[in-house]
Amino acid sequence: MRAVSLERTTHPVLIFWIIAGWVGYLILPWYGVEGFWSFEWLVDGWPLDEDYAPAAVLIGMGQKLWLAPLLLALAAPLMVLGRRKTEPLYAKVLIVAGGFGFAWMVAQGLGIGLRGFNADWLTTLLGPLEDRQFGMGYGAMVTASAFLFLFTQGIAARGAINGDVFVTSAIGGVIAVVSVFVFFPIAKMLLAAFATDDGGYSVIGFFPKFLDNRIWGLGCLSDGRCGVAWNSLVLAVLVGVLTTLLGLAFALVLTRSGFRYKRLLRALTVLPIITPPFVIGLAIILLFGLSGTVTTSLAGLFGVEATRWIYGLPGILTAQLLAFTPIAFLVLIGVVEGVSPSMEEAAQTLRANRWQTFRTVSWPLMRPGLANAFLLGFIESMADFGNPLVLGGNFDVLSTEIFFAIVGAQYDQSRAAILAVVLLGFTLGAFYLQRFWLGKKSYTTVTGKGDAGVHPAMPRGLAVPVYAIVALWSAFTLVVYGMILYGSVVQLWGVDDTLTFKHYITAFRVSWGENGLRWTGSAWDSFWTTIMIATLAAPLTAAIGLITAYLLTRQDFAGKRAFEFGTMLSFAIPGTVIGVAYILAFNVPPIEITGTGLILVISFIFRNMPVGVRAGIASMSQLDKSLDESSLTLGANSWQTFRAVILPLLRPAILAALVYSFVRAMTAISAVIFLVSARYDMSTSYIIGRVENNDYGLAIAYSTALIFVMLAAVGLLQLLVGRTQIGRRTSHGEGH
Amino acid sequence: MTGINAKAASVRFENVSKVFGSKVTAVDNIDLEVKAGTLVTLLGPSGCGKTTTLRMIAGLEMTTKGSIFIGDKDVTRLPATDRDVSMVFQSYALFPHMTVMENVSYGLKFSGFDKAETKEKALAGLGLVGLTGYGGRLPSELSGGQQQRVAVARALVLEPQVLLFDEPLSNLDAKLRRQVREEIREIQQKLGLTVVYVTHDQEEALAVSDEIVVMRNAAIAQKGTPRELYEAPADAFVADFIGEANLIEVEITALEGTTATVRIADYTHRLPSRGLRQGPAKLAVRPSRMRLVAGAGDGVAAVIDKATYVGSRMEYTVTAAFGTVFAVLDDVVTPFQVGDAVTISFAASGPVLIPADQRR
Ligand SMILES: Nc1ncnc2c1ncn2[C@@H]1O[C@H](COP(=O)(O)OP(=O)(O)O)[C@@H](O)[C@H]1O
Ligand SMILES: [Mg+2]
Repeated sequence: MRAVSLERTTHPVLIFWIIAGWVGYLILPWYGVEGFWSFEWLVDGWPLDEDYAPAAVLIGMGQKLWLAPLLLALAAPLMVLGRRKTEPLYAKVLIVAGGFGFAWMVAQGLGIGLRGFNADWLTTLLGPLEDRQFGMGYGAMVTASAFLFLFTQGIAARGAINGDVFVTSAIGGVIAVVSVFVFFPIAKMLLAAFATDDGGYSVIGFFPKFLDNRIWGLGCLSDGRCGVAWNSLVLAVLVGVLTTLLGLAFALVLTRSGFRYKRLLRALTVLPIITPPFVIGLAIILLFGLSGTVTTSLAGLFGVEATRWIYGLPGILTAQLLAFTPIAFLVLIGVVEGVSPSMEEAAQTLRANRWQTFRTVSWPLMRPGLANAFLLGFIESMADFGNPLVLGGNFDVLSTEIFFAIVGAQYDQSRAAILAVVLLGFTLGAFYLQRFWLGKKSYTTVTGKGDAGVHPAMPRGLAVPVYAIVALWSAFTLVVYGMILYGSVVQLWGVDDTLTFKHYITAFRVSWGENGLRWTGSAWDSFWTTIMIATLAAPLTAAIGLITAYLLTRQDFAGKRAFEFGTMLSFAIPGTVIGVAYILAFNVPPIEITGTGLILVISFIFRNMPVGVRAGIASMSQLDKSLDESSLTLGANSWQTFRAVILPLLRPAILAALVYSFVRAMTAISAVIFLVSARYDMSTSYIIGRVENNDYGLAIAYSTALIFVMLAAVGLLQLLVGRTQIGRRTSHGEGH
Repeated sequence: MTGINAKAASVRFENVSKVFGSKVTAVDNIDLEVKAGTLVTLLGPSGCGKTTTLRMIAGLEMTTKGSIFIGDKDVTRLPATDRDVSMVFQSYALFPHMTVMENVSYGLKFSGFDKAETKEKALAGLGLVGLTGYGGRLPSELSGGQQQRVAVARALVLEPQVLLFDEPLSNLDAKLRRQVREEIREIQQKLGLTVVYVTHDQEEALAVSDEIVVMRNAAIAQKGTPRELYEAPADAFVADFIGEANLIEVEITALEGTTATVRIADYTHRLPSRGLRQGPAKLAVRPSRMRLVAGAGDGVAAVIDKATYVGSRMEYTVTAAFGTVFAVLDDVVTPFQVGDAVTISFAASGPVLIPADQRR
């Protein structure tokens, strides 16, 4: 009864992509159209208006003739429609047509821009070009995708990955989007670092700028100022080490002690994750700034003059510790719980006491987690933009320097690019050190067999300091959040302490006009934009992350390691660098999307995708591979297996990826600050703007509102994903 | 009548090899034929390539070299989805988020049956394994043996050309194991299925198989019916692997036609030569085919080293001039004691000659 796909002569997937290719070429506007989804272009002169015309019409009008060869590539696949996959012709035609079409589109896109040919040698070779082209639109995008997937179907028909169309297409798709949205911008940025003032490129010009004293100077060892690179490095190492230790302390209390209120503690450690990072910086100012509560009361108490001591390294460090400790905690709790209790119990039965057990078994097994936590803290600190901006004082760091190089009066792209290269160098270096260090040892202790033991309690000598640290830090966190809440409801911090809701009202007023409800508060615009973008980005991030995780855990193919590296790369790239790279890459054709909401969505997808990948890999490795295999032997293909077996079992990972990407899209600032536009302003950048105008009340009120919105969103997602499971159980109960 | 019918087909391996990476040869140049409607067991020690062989039939691993045929069709390059083969996994691999009914219907959904047919077939499958009425449960709500049967039903309902089992009983306790293996055999014979069955348990293999393929180091050591393997092992490895055997070094002193005279210490014994030449050889004797009598007599003098009472019989370790052997006697009423002097001889049928040089 089983239909053998190799002998079929109709191929729905092939037909779909052939049609898609023609639709993109014959019907959709080839170049970018503003407000595509309003469909005004349909009644506004399409298909003959140059701005909206599809490629075929443009060629008919004698324009953009370089698009004509694509016709061949679109027509060729029609030849194989009625053939079997096993025929050599089938694979050959698809590979050649798809490959040529895609390559041609890339080449013409990069080669021909707003002013004719993009490169001088092309002009020399082919003569000047009178025509020009703009950023690709939906027509071009659909056609390019069609070529890509025709190509992957050809590869599959040739026998790659057992001829599996879904897997080859998924691999091809992920490689394509990662290349376009991670490698391409990074490459553009690297190129920009070598740019000279007159528009050329020079390696010789690069080095003086790269070795600039403002980057690498060591003046602070005597009495001057140090370069930004050193500042960033020192800060990041401190943050990495301290967040790791703090996170470990919390993880130990939660797993290896009889502490009663673990849930509360857990909630407390998660709170900073749903807080826009610089909000903590603001609270620190409210506490320790010149007119901060602590500063003024201490000054009054000891009769010393209040100073601005908090601005600079101490302030940034404190704020970043508060902000990033939870991330270290989340990494470490998994690892600390993952150390198999039976290993620890075995050590104890081998006459090790509690301290020896901890030192010789538990601690070494936690090491990979520690390395990961350090790395995360390091990268987050390097990339953090909000806190240094708010609290930096004279302590310049790379991320803020990059920002001012791009948006400041200097507008120096090549300096921004060079600083970004330094930043990228640091994070990739840390990434490699970590992999190198962990690479040689295996720490796997999770066997998949039920492990019924219990973790031993911490030895006393360790427990006392750990408790003390956790208690102090929890208290501090509580105070900071108290400040945030309180700061949002006073008139003017430090000056006028009367309670008021005026900040909330200014930000979130709604009024009844003649046209019904009107959102007149100043925050609504950015608020709705943020919600919309986060809502769009979250499912896409989760989807691409999980598909990638599936490919990495379940499939074998040549170049898998490189593939993994590519998909994880954006994880090691600080947001600031992504921001700069996106501006440099997507401000000009072929992909011209700066100033749109799309660029924000895309940047979030590729910034947060590694977390989706990691979450997916973690849960997929817990699913026995025989589940997929039995599904395959039962006649499901790999797509049906993915949908019917793997996805439903991955609910927790899906939830994690959704929540994470939603929250990050709402709280991120480092990449966003470069990419927002007047039309698409995000909450975080709006708030930073208020802070720069010293409008702390509004900024804090807005942030507080965001925190509650995220709490609600996380709860809602949990409910949605959780309810399906409960539903199954009930329906089963009824059926029986 | 609706229900489950077989479309059993044969399986043929031609010079099949499988190499993992560049070094690990899991299967080395195997030729194999499984006739339609028979149950063939792949038997061998852990790591000898049984699972890999099975997975190549399923299409879960692709051959490095050689061809695989199912029926008359070359399926060498066909992926698992497109082969008409079902597999029962060691871990059962039941989908934990689907009910028993959904699990059993899973494959039918992808085979072009309509809803009613699917349901009918799934119910028939559940009936066949004795689980009628369990359709609404989740796998986690079943015992190990029931889960195992669901896994069998799920594979059966597809009426596959070949049904594969990879150590299907290893997660069950001893009693269940016997019961389930008999059920599997019964269903196989009733429906006339082609089954390839992997196990490392020789008793299980002897009990269920039409034919056994003994594997060693990625190659086939011997194939034959259970009786052939047990009574005429080709070499020491097979003799030892299929129901323990004492391997005694002997000397073939004379050949008369197909009868050899062998000398063991001072004792001579006559038995079929099985094509062996004069010179050193080995005698494989099952523990139950050893004869022990008290005191001196016609045979090899020996001393009882160990005596163990296991209820239905006595087990002895006995030391003679040619080494130590293991013997099982039914007499539990007047057992020998440790230190007793005895004489060893052999049953008339049972002991077989095998070549001396044992391939490693
Ligand atoms: N995916 C794999 N990669 C590398 N080596 C493998 C793989 N699968 C099996 N092997 C090796 O192939 C040999 C045979 O394995 P297998 O067929 O599982 O043995 P059996 O089932 O007989 O115990 C073993 O040495 C095993 O280590
Ligand atoms: Mg095995």
